[in-house]
Amino acid sequence: MPALVIAEHDNQALAEATARTVTAASKVSARVHVLVAGENCASAAAAAAKLAGVEKVLAADNARYAHALAEPLAELVLSLAGAYDAILAPATASGKNVVPRIAARLDVPQVSDIVAVESPEVFTRLIYAGNAIQKVEAKGFKKAITVRTAAFKPAPATGVANIVGIEAAADPGVSRFAGERLSRSERPELTSARIIVSGGRGVGSKENFALIERLADLLGAGVGASRAAVDAGFVPNDFQVGQTGKIVAPELYIAVGISGAIQHLAGMKDSKIVVAINKDENAPIFSVADYGLVGDLFEVLPELESALREAGKAA
Amino acid sequence: MKVLVPVKRVIDFNVAVRVKADGTGVDLTNVKMSINPFDEIAVEEAVRLKEKGQAAEVVTVSIGPAQAAETIRTALAMGADRGILVKCESELEPLTVAKVLRAVSNEEQPGLVIMGKQAIDDDCNQTGQMLAALLGWAQGTFASKVELADGRVAVTREVDGGLQTVSLKLPAVVTTDLRLNEPRYASLPNIMKARKKPIVEKTLADYGVDPAPRLKVLEVREPAKRRAGTKVANARELVSKLREAGIL
Repeated sequence: MPALVIAEHDNQALAEATARTVTAASKVSARVHVLVAGENCASAAAAAAKLAGVEKVLAADNARYAHALAEPLAELVLSLAGAYDAILAPATASGKNVVPRIAARLDVPQVSDIVAVESPEVFTRLIYAGNAIQKVEAKGFKKAITVRTAAFKPAPATGVANIVGIEAAADPGVSRFAGERLSRSERPELTSARIIVSGGRGVGSKENFALIERLADLLGAGVGASRAAVDAGFVPNDFQVGQTGKIVAPELYIAVGISGAIQHLAGMKDSKIVVAINKDENAPIFSVADYGLVGDLFEVLPELESALREAGKAA
Repeated sequence: MKVLVPVKRVIDFNVAVRVKADGTGVDLTNVKMSINPFDEIAVEEAVRLKEKGQAAEVVTVSIGPAQAAETIRTALAMGADRGILVKCESELEPLTVAKVLRAVSNEEQPGLVIMGKQAIDDDCNQTGQMLAALLGWAQGTFASKVELADGRVAVTREVDGGLQTVSLKLPAVVTTDLRLNEPRYASLPNIMKARKKPIVEKTLADYGVDPAPRLKVLEVREPAKRRAGTKVANARELVSKLREAGIL
């Protein structure tokens, strides 16, 4: 039986997380279908149909799916689940919200946040904030899986799948959307950025965070933060990198004024190159950094900006 | 309205985790254990609802070994009224926990269940959503704000792009995120008072739940450690190193 991927999108653009989840799904089953549930989501469905390895796109266009509320979305997936052997979603806020609801109703255990598919029934995942790796076998029942997107490459947009419109399922009517406040940013998304500049408590204030943003913009990078910086109100919650925030794996991660609590390291230690800038030479972040620079960030960052400009590496 | 708060006893967030040499799991002998930090936030939120007069009683439940009674005491010292300890020596999968909590909910009939979004040991992030599904209730996950009004609860959720607010019919399940509140420290008089608060002991059999896991853990091992690299003297050297590495 094929695997079903629950697409993540904003009703227009398909999130890259979906393409990465398709890659994981292809290792679970040779046949992959993608469910695009939303309102006026034809362009997202069209993008899903282009992902290599996708056999069919199911498009459910209905107002009740406009905001991906877990209750109606789970009902829709359950109405389709009989035809699938595995149901996968990216381990994003939206995927983490809905997949356990589906798993519980199917009476199957869920495998959360997988980082590798060893075989169609064996998966690798991290526990204890990434301090231990667990290999689990899910055999003899339908699989419900969330996928750590940073661990899988996106499926290329070279496919030509059919798009089939499907009926909406009943809405349990227990929840309704009541508003949102999204940060709009021209910067790359954290989970797919090639370079990330993150700031921590050491940055000191919301105003000072402009220094981090300036460096990020110079490099064409995404902007992240440690929990301490978010808790202190320097930046919104969706900037948080860590065990319970976003898990990232860019080519270059620059940690500025971040001490490096294990909960933060859990979110970034798969980055290819890590740079740490901190005035405390004993900060734990240096133990995972490829390049460490001990110094006052308020002196180092302006110097770094000019060094980058000189090197002609500013974006 | 009654609020039910499930709490889990986990390895303390400050403890460095060691994987057992035989690859069967993580070494928990003589390690400091504490209440799961997200559950502590859930207890705080429930107690605040009671202090505002929006909740009549806060009941806390933990599923685990005899020592999980300490975790319940922590919640009682923060202001919960009574505890339920469902004794179980083995590790349970989130779906099994959700089934026990469903049985407890059916018995207690809470208007709201508030619990942590994930436990910091298995990092699953499943139980709250599963409980809501089993009960047929609405769910407000990753909450940074909870407001009760007119038989509904408005939950502001931390989502990837920012914040989303959903309005849920009660009863409902809310799972907590870090910014919901800052849990109080229990005062000494409250810790003393908590000793006198009742804890009822139950077993899985009382709820007719089978503890057998269905996922098979084949192996637990340590991840490859990142090694510390080199220190650079200044920004200019950093840029040239990054160029050499082909990153810039």
